[in-house]
Amino acid sequence: MKFGVIRFPGSCDDVDALVAARRVGEAELLWHGDRDLRGADAIIVPGGFSYGDYLRAGAIARFAPVMEEVERFARDGGLVLGICNGFQVLCELGLLPGALLPNTNLKFTCRQLELEVVNAGTSWTSAASEGDVLSIPAKHMTGRFWAPDHVLDEVNVVLRYAAGSNFNGSSRDIAGVANEAGNVVGLMPHPEHAVEPLTGSADGLKLFLSAARVPV
Amino acid sequence: MKVTVLIRPKEGILDPQGQAVERALPALGFEGVSRVHVGRLVELDVPDASRVPEMCERLLANPLIESYEIQQ
Repeated sequence: MKFGVIRFPGSCDDVDALVAARRVGEAELLWHGDRDLRGADAIIVPGGFSYGDYLRAGAIARFAPVMEEVERFARDGGLVLGICNGFQVLCELGLLPGALLPNTNLKFTCRQLELEVVNAGTSWTSAASEGDVLSIPAKHMTGRFWAPDHVLDEVNVVLRYAAGSNFNGSSRDIAGVANEAGNVVGLMPHPEHAVEPLTGSADGLKLFLSAARVPV
Repeated sequence: MKVTVLIRPKEGILDPQGQAVERALPALGFEGVSRVHVGRLVELDVPDASRVPEMCERLLANPLIESYEIQQ
C-alpha cells in the first residue's frame, strides 16, 4: 500500500500524516501544483491552512491542479482521507456532503477527544469495530459540521464525538463522514497525531491500518 | 466594471460571530440591537459582469451555507 500525502502552501500536518502512513506502508508527499498522484493507492489530504484559508477554509485548495486528479481518483473508487483542513477541502470539492463552519465557541481549540466509531464498514475504519471509542486530538477553529436536515438524515456518519467531546457544535455530534461507497472519509480530529502511546494515544493508527489492508 | 458582492450566512444557520457582536453592543450602551449577522464583502473589477453569478456559485460563496447579493 502506497499513500500519497498532498502538500499545499499552508499545510502543516502533512509530515505527521506521512510519518503515520509509513507505520503501515509506503508514503510520499504530492505537490499541490502537480497533476500526478505518482501511483499512490490511497490519498491523504492533510490538515493545515491551505492557501491561508483565504475566503473560506478549503475554498481555494479545492481548485488546486492535484485535486482534479484526486477527484477523478475518488470517483473511480480510490481511497481518500481528508483530515481537518483536508475534510474542509473534500466538502468544498463536493466529494463529501455538508460544510464546516466556525466553532460555536469562536475559539481555536486544541484538545484530546473521545470519538465513537459509528461505521466500521468504510475503507478507513475497517480495522476498528462499531462502538469502539478512539482517543484522538482535534485542533481547529472551523470544525462545526453542518448540513441541511434532509442531508443529515442520509449522511454516512463514520465517527461521532462522544459525550462531552463535541466542543465545536457539530450537528448531531458528527465528527467524521464518508461518501456512500465508503472509500472517501473526512474527519476534523487528527488520527495522524495519535499513532504513538508516548504522546498520549495510538488509536489514530486504526484509520491507517484500515486503509493498508484494502487489497491493491 | 466595478462589482460588489455581499456574502451572508444563510438564514437559520447559527452565526456565532453575529451573536458575539450582538452581545457586545449593550456593553457600549447600544441597547435593543437584534438579528446581527457578520458576512463578507468582495469587491471586483470585471470585464464582464454577467459572469459574476457563476463566480459566486463556484468560488466566492458556498451556496450550501451562504447567500450572496451582487451590486453593480
